[in-house]
Amino acid sequence: MHPFKTFTGLVVPLDRRDVDTDQIIPKQFLKLIERRGFGNYLFFNWRFDERGEPKGDFILNQPQYKKASILVARSNFGCGSSREHAVWALLDYGIKAVIAESFADIFYNNAYKNGLLLITLKPEEVDAIMRRATEGALYLTVDLEAQKVSGHAGLEYRFEIAKFIKDRLLEGLDDIGLTLRLESKIAEYEANMRAARPWVIPVKHSPKKAAQSV
Amino acid sequence: MAKTLFEKIWDEHAIYQEEGKPTLLYVDRHYIHEVTSPQAFEGLRAAKRRVRRPDLTFATMDHNIPTTSRLLPVSDQLAAIQIAALEKNCSEFGITLFDLSSPYNGIVHVIGPELGLTLPGLTIACGDSHTSTHGALGALAFGIGTSEVEHVLATQCVWMEKPKLMEVYVSGTLTRGVSAKDLALYMIRKIGAGGGSGYAIEYRGDTVEGLSMDERMTLCNMSIEAGARCGLVAPDEKTITYLKGRRYAPKNNAFEEAAEYWRSLKTDPGAAFDKTVKIDAHMIAPQVTWGTTPSMVTEVTGVVPHPDDFVNSVERRAVERALEYMGLKPGTPITEIKVDRVFIGSCTNARLSDLEAAARIVKGRKVASGVRAMVVPGSQMVKREAEERGLAKIFREAGFEWRESGCSMCLGMNQDILAPGERCASTSNRNFEGRQGVGGRTHLVSPMMAAAAAVAGRFVDVREWVFE
Repeated sequence: MHPFKTFTGLVVPLDRRDVDTDQIIPKQFLKLIERRGFGNYLFFNWRFDERGEPKGDFILNQPQYKKASILVARSNFGCGSSREHAVWALLDYGIKAVIAESFADIFYNNAYKNGLLLITLKPEEVDAIMRRATEGALYLTVDLEAQKVSGHAGLEYRFEIAKFIKDRLLEGLDDIGLTLRLESKIAEYEANMRAARPWVIPVKHSPKKAAQSV
Repeated sequence: MAKTLFEKIWDEHAIYQEEGKPTLLYVDRHYIHEVTSPQAFEGLRAAKRRVRRPDLTFATMDHNIPTTSRLLPVSDQLAAIQIAALEKNCSEFGITLFDLSSPYNGIVHVIGPELGLTLPGLTIACGDSHTSTHGALGALAFGIGTSEVEHVLATQCVWMEKPKLMEVYVSGTLTRGVSAKDLALYMIRKIGAGGGSGYAIEYRGDTVEGLSMDERMTLCNMSIEAGARCGLVAPDEKTITYLKGRRYAPKNNAFEEAAEYWRSLKTDPGAAFDKTVKIDAHMIAPQVTWGTTPSMVTEVTGVVPHPDDFVNSVERRAVERALEYMGLKPGTPITEIKVDRVFIGSCTNARLSDLEAAARIVKGRKVASGVRAMVVPGSQMVKREAEERGLAKIFREAGFEWRESGCSMCLGMNQDILAPGERCASTSNRNFEGRQGVGGRTHLVSPMMAAAAAVAGRFVDVREWVFE
């Protein structure tokens, strides 16, 4: 994961609430076994018609938003399926940050673990960004260190983010490496569990042989 | 100090925490499937890491598999590659796999409880949002993304921020013809599709205590459709009886010892919740969704709403958009909506009692002409048992297709999909745009309501029907 750096990007307004991960990356693209290449399929059913031609009225297909790297949407963005492919698709397409009123829990975790910044703003702030991005090209500078997004004409909003997530994004750290430093604590827990609740560990059975009785 | 059920399990599994950071939580069961695990294994290999606890990790194939005969090879090449990848990963890392030839294969959230792998007081993680299902047995179970799957494989732990706690207190009797699915949809309508975000839900009250284990699973399953990552029901004698003798459940003395511990897993009197939602069960009618999120739902006796019924402009636009996608006019009575397809299946509603409930409606009746209806059992065990009890025969004679188990048309990753514009009464969990096929229109309902819709060719109030 790359460290998150301050950047200035074009905003694309997706004026919808409850954007679910089925829309972000439809199921027909979940059969790939790698992490790359999902950007082509981002919002596939909204972006393309049945012949695979781009739908002109979908916001991402409008020429003025082609180079967007910041997506703004309404509440409960990323709800539904836990598929991390949704985050991979956004990143692979070139989206570096998503601004919304709120995000679904699993999606939120998936995002920061891949370096995608999710910015939660108040409804009226989202509304202002949505309006300005709809009216014309809106460029915002995202400064994670200072926890603010800013644009021209004095537009500036501060956002809250948990410190550990901010640090992780800024440093681009690998979760597993960090956890494995606590290996002795995990091993100690396992030893205690085995003594206190031995029934937690299931008895081995063949996955193939049918049971005599259930 | 008085603790909630959630806190008791959480505290038992919290290994490490620094001020202001998430907790490192031990995972007692890690369930994996073919769709969200390949990239995790790829990462593991690239870093030359091992699976820490293959004995606590269990795999199944469910999401993309065909529901046609298992004697034939999987014809979808991409699906076949994913299936082969899971086989290779499980054999390389020593993980028990319930593959397509296993008599225990099935949807991960159906086989976990039925095999006795899911137990009260455990922490359970799986790369699937409907992992909340397992909370029905009094486990702390939640969905994770693929990065977290890799993390659990390598460390048997997950970093998690402690969620807030919501009590959903349900009292009173559910009317005949009204099921746990209706209760779940009613709750989602009440709190909203994002109303449970940041929360774990504990379902309580005499109605919840009265639900069967299968019904509790349906309720906990749908927690995520309200935004809550986990839903729980305290284990009771019903839970303990359900688990006794199951294949992987503890046996003999170990079982008695475990059961004693399970009985202690209850929210203490006076323990605090961050939020309480109260529901009167007898107020609930059969529910039918009319829109493109599970919160867009109403009674079968109701009508499709008008966008102007909603004051908030964002909501109004969402409703307009949903009605356009669903091809519905405001004011249309729900019972005038005709269906083309009926799907009885999924981790929400494809357990034996779900199929029994649907069969009671179907028995002696026929699927309406022009309607294509199918039943996809939740697991091979459910399928065998349903066949032994004569349910398969009832469905077949009525004109239903009787399929092999799998996730099937709940998410349409295999060949079981809707054609554009087709309208489906579905016992699954999500009515998102395109979920069951591009342009497909999904109405979420209970198994009884789906069965009745298949017979009538439109939605009907199943409470008015005569059934055993």
